Amino acid sequence: MSPSQEIERLAKREYDYGFVTDIESETLPPGLDESVIAHISAVKKEPQWLLDWRLKAFRHWQTMEEPHWPHFEYNPIDYQAVSYYSAPKQNSDGPKSLDEVDPKLLETYEKLGIPIHERERLAGVAVDAVFDSVSVATTFKGKLAEKGVIFCPISEAVQEHPELVRQYLGSVVPQSDNYFSALNSAVFTDGSFVYIPKGVRCPMELSTYFRINAAATGQFERTLIIADEGSYVSYLEGCTAPMRDENQLHAAVVELVAHKDASIKYSTVQNWYPGDENGKGGIYNFVTKRGKCAGDRSHISWTQVETGSAITWKYPSCILQGDESVGEFYSVALTNHCQRADTGSKMIHLGKNTKSTIVSKGISAGRGQQSYRGLVKMMKGAKDARNYTQCDSLLIGDRCGAHTFPYIDVRNSTAQVEHEASTSKIAEDQLFYVQQRGLDAENAVSLIVNGFCKEVFKELPMEFAVEATKLLAVSLEGSVG
Amino acid sequence: MILNIENLHASVQGEPILKGLNLKIQPGEVHCIMGPNGSGKSTLAQVLAGRDAYEITQGSMTFKSKDLAEMEPHERACEGFFLAFQYPHEIPGVSGLQFLRAAVNAVRAFRGQEELDAMDLMSLFKEKAREVNISFDDLKRAVNEGFSGGEKKRNEMLQMAVLEPQLIVLDEVDSGLDIDALKVVSDAVNRMRTPERSFLVITHYQRLLNYIVPDFVHVLVDGRIAKSGGKDLALELEDRGYAWVEEHAGAGAE
Repeated sequence: MSPSQEIERLAKREYDYGFVTDIESETLPPGLDESVIAHISAVKKEPQWLLDWRLKAFRHWQTMEEPHWPHFEYNPIDYQAVSYYSAPKQNSDGPKSLDEVDPKLLETYEKLGIPIHERERLAGVAVDAVFDSVSVATTFKGKLAEKGVIFCPISEAVQEHPELVRQYLGSVVPQSDNYFSALNSAVFTDGSFVYIPKGVRCPMELSTYFRINAAATGQFERTLIIADEGSYVSYLEGCTAPMRDENQLHAAVVELVAHKDASIKYSTVQNWYPGDENGKGGIYNFVTKRGKCAGDRSHISWTQVETGSAITWKYPSCILQGDESVGEFYSVALTNHCQRADTGSKMIHLGKNTKSTIVSKGISAGRGQQSYRGLVKMMKGAKDARNYTQCDSLLIGDRCGAHTFPYIDVRNSTAQVEHEASTSKIAEDQLFYVQQRGLDAENAVSLIVNGFCKEVFKELPMEFAVEATKLLAVSLEGSVG
Repeated sequence: MILNIENLHASVQGEPILKGLNLKIQPGEVHCIMGPNGSGKSTLAQVLAGRDAYEITQGSMTFKSKDLAEMEPHERACEGFFLAFQYPHEIPGVSGLQFLRAAVNAVRAFRGQEELDAMDLMSLFKEKAREVNISFDDLKRAVNEGFSGGEKKRNEMLQMAVLEPQLIVLDEVDSGLDIDALKVVSDAVNRMRTPERSFLVITHYQRLLNYIVPDFVHVLVDGRIAKSGGKDLALELEDRGYAWVEEHAGAGAE
């Protein structure tokens, strides 16, 4: 068997997280109109201003058109066939402690390897877990509260810290920003809220795991992270979904705000169900992630490992408003089988001496198609601003593709922009060399791919770098040819 | 017997390269294969290691009585077959330490042994690296990336020393080496000579055999072994050139 045949064989491994939890849910019938939004808002006991905010977004969304500029095609989405709210049934308003959480749910998280039980905690990671549309458990709340850190479901933040939510919600990604962010603004159900007070270094990694369980349900979570002056936080999100034949819609919005001298590190390990090897099923992942470096010397860093989803449309971005602020984007994206990804970053430089770095590593295998799409914009005030972009593609097999669409817009002559790009293939003789040292084809490919991704993996918190390495190995199985 | 090759025929893209090669290697023996360019020396190394670009059309090859043709490249490696490459490949982003660890643990897993813990591995790598003049810092660099020809060959020797294989094929390990590097490489090989371990040294030049003294020398001409002898045969070749054997082989051919 030749190495490439071998790789092909390996690609047939199944998605590990494809199980469905048999749990009683309250799910809204499919369809979207103002009454659905009112229902979501009512279930969450939201104040009037938020309902108005949602409705404004919805009305705007109705005037917009779904974007079709990404470099992929997909079956049309019937927005009326999606259910916009699904929640595991529970007795009271919400679980007060883990004991009140449905054991089946906890079992699900255990299968996913999520350290939701505090005693099984993974090196002190505080976890918020979102199951379908609601947040089911947030760990370590007490310990965080001592430092004044707020880490809770956004629905809870709306009740407990309305002034913060009202001040920042939509301040980075306005409701009308794009088609999917408008939809999200109208129907978002849960997500995480983080506030780090002035001068506080968050004592642990914060983490959210998102899980879509119910069939024909969309997930629209909204995450809002605010780092006040001189504070620091590292945040990780992970995502999985059951194997289902139909495509499921995921349209999230993440907003980050870093004030003066604050630093936010946001890491994502995205492993939504990618569909089967013939492209049946899988998550449509349309995500808007944006951070604002509002204050001087603030710092926002996005690190993402994207192995899942049938379609990924995602451009984590930074608005570098404060002088000397820094934006970073490190990405590994893998497309195997029939997966499509159009992903990259936007760095908008407004302030003086602002700096940004984009390192994008795209791996295409099987019939996967991947595009890097990035924008670097140097505005008039961006004196002496700098950007460095490195964009590498690795092809495995000869049926996949890699594409690059860099956009550069410079309006200040003192700014510097660098762009480097490379495309390579795993050569048979390189693979053979590694095999000759005792590694089977699967492990040899995974070693080479890991080397390719090293610059990005080293940006991940340690535990998650290990997880990402494993995930990449699994995702490569059966996807390469 | 460690290696038994009988009437081996192999071709690449339909063109025959090996045309009935016979070779037997017993434990502890060092065999050398010499021959003019294009005689099939490197093809033999690649075929033994399991490179799929080559097709075996006839004959057999067994390693410790197991049919090599039935084994995947990594299985051959795990069984104790090691090929020191003429042109070792670069693996960007993978450090020497990481690569060695992956290789050692892959071989151990294949043999049903437990993984070695990180501390034990580290001291093993340090010790072996010292023997082949590789600094520990160089092991933190990506495998072969930006290394000189001589450094790459030393890396090969390090991998060999760490993996402790039973049959080692050195494919033109002397090409492009200055005398100091040659000495490091041959010392590494000589250190590993034991009554159980065998070597097949493929080279174009007699020079290497001043350092690695073989028990047998074979001359490969047009895909077959045209002449075999002791270490003196290499000296004779040095004097008289390959043409002499080629004529001899030509005269002996049917």
